[in-house]
Amino acid sequence: MAESYHLLKRADFIFRNENDWEDILTKTIKRTPQDIINELISSELKGRGGAGFPTGLKWKITAEAKSAEKYVICNADEGEPGTFKDREILSRVPYKVLTAMAVCANIIGSKKGIIYLRGEYHSLKEALEKTISEFEYYCKKIKLDFTVEVFMGSGAYICGEETALFESLEGHRGEPRNKPPYPTIKGYMDKPTVINNVETLAHTFTIFKYGAKKFYDLGVQFSRGTKLFSVSGDTPKPGIYELELGMSLQDFVNEFGDGDTKAVQVGGASGFLVPRKKFQETAIGYQGKLTGISLPTGGSMMIYNSSRSMFNVLDNYLEFFREESCGQCTPCRVGCQQLLIGIKAVKRGERPAQYLDKLLKLSETMQITAKCGLGQSVANSFASIVENFREEMIY
Amino acid sequence: MDPIQSLIKELAVKHGRRRESLLPVLQGVVEQERYLSEHSMIEIARELDLPAAEVYGTATFYSFLEHRKMGRFVIRICKTISCSMKGKNQVLLAIQDMLKISTGETTPDGRFSLVETNCLGLCHKAPAMLINEEVYTELTPEKVREILSEYMLK
Repeated sequence: MAESYHLLKRADFIFRNENDWEDILTKTIKRTPQDIINELISSELKGRGGAGFPTGLKWKITAEAKSAEKYVICNADEGEPGTFKDREILSRVPYKVLTAMAVCANIIGSKKGIIYLRGEYHSLKEALEKTISEFEYYCKKIKLDFTVEVFMGSGAYICGEETALFESLEGHRGEPRNKPPYPTIKGYMDKPTVINNVETLAHTFTIFKYGAKKFYDLGVQFSRGTKLFSVSGDTPKPGIYELELGMSLQDFVNEFGDGDTKAVQVGGASGFLVPRKKFQETAIGYQGKLTGISLPTGGSMMIYNSSRSMFNVLDNYLEFFREESCGQCTPCRVGCQQLLIGIKAVKRGERPAQYLDKLLKLSETMQITAKCGLGQSVANSFASIVENFREEMIY
Repeated sequence: MDPIQSLIKELAVKHGRRRESLLPVLQGVVEQERYLSEHSMIEIARELDLPAAEVYGTATFYSFLEHRKMGRFVIRICKTISCSMKGKNQVLLAIQDMLKISTGETTPDGRFSLVETNCLGLCHKAPAMLINEEVYTELTPEKVREILSEYMLK
């Protein structure tokens, strides 16, 4: 059993309107880089885009990298199905993100920040740029040499993968690079780069203002702090909720389900489908070595009730992946196509039910051999749906 | 100089002629023209001193950089799961019925194009769509008919 608590713990940090970002920025950049990095590390803040890399460590490695040119990039290419929190952060509290970027730049020795905003969020651009110019004006006033540019995406899910995002910024097809080298050493323009999710940056603002302890005291072991959850699907209250990490999925469903919840997709199409019988034993947080089933998430929680066919759900995800696969590596390009063709063939009775086992093996192969997180994670939803709802795939 | 050439020159002055300027230039042309013609792509290649194949290869990677002729108003309706569960198909049928086109087509008067797109990040207000950059949410067949009627007057 994973470590979890009971009853949801709501929080209100991210969207709390803080009128003192100028003070926070001025105060924070006066501290030593070592001091700020230590505070971030002791807060145990991990990346909120889904991958969960320790934020303090990322800043530390980039700060230590030797280069005259470095970059701070805010990843606002929020494309995971069922996620819509970053748009809300950038429209409601953009100055928190900008403050965090400026502090980071000051620590690592960078003068340039870029917000990579997905094309679908074009309607945010104007207001965001207005906030940026006010922000840059203040930076100038306190003699902080830092500018931020908004760079628009053009409708490609894969560009949320950090190295694909760099390719896109550099004017190329958004095809992921091999890792290592990691962005902290060789990122945008092959220079050391900190790339953080929008929400991660917003959390650092909370830590600068209230201190690491305040953040650390929220959540559970290995999963400290709060997280924004994007709740959609069969729920009477769809929306964005800030909750402490570590709740059991059962408690989440009790709060947000419609009383007839059959399954929850945790982490979007690239995440896992959890069936009703496993709600109790599943906790939402990062994987730690002492915990049992613990599912990390970029915050996407899609709720399905018993009127939904899991075949249709999987079919929808696979179509998504087939279209969004960049096509660069064979396991992902061919794998996504064949998984989709395969489940349709089984459903129509053109292939025997056992063919599903072959498809499961294919998804395992993709997990091992695909070049980036997209191809590797298709198996998450594929296996969790096929294994838990096999009969729905066949009949 | 034709209008496309001067538009591209203008964009190159604004965004620069480096490789990193390519996407903003492509986006600038699409914002104006709604799509990238072969002519536009060749002219961009010339202006930025890039092989035309590189420009084509980059442009065709991105789903919002259309390379087929599109209408003045591009309707992008989200087909990902949350929207699909909340009645996206009925809304899509209402649009098709009203504009007399199928998905992927443009009306003969060149006014509307209809495409399906992946997750728009509006799942809590599903079903959702974009018309050019404008966002529309919690759609129903009635609501979408009203919205399109207004666009027909534009």
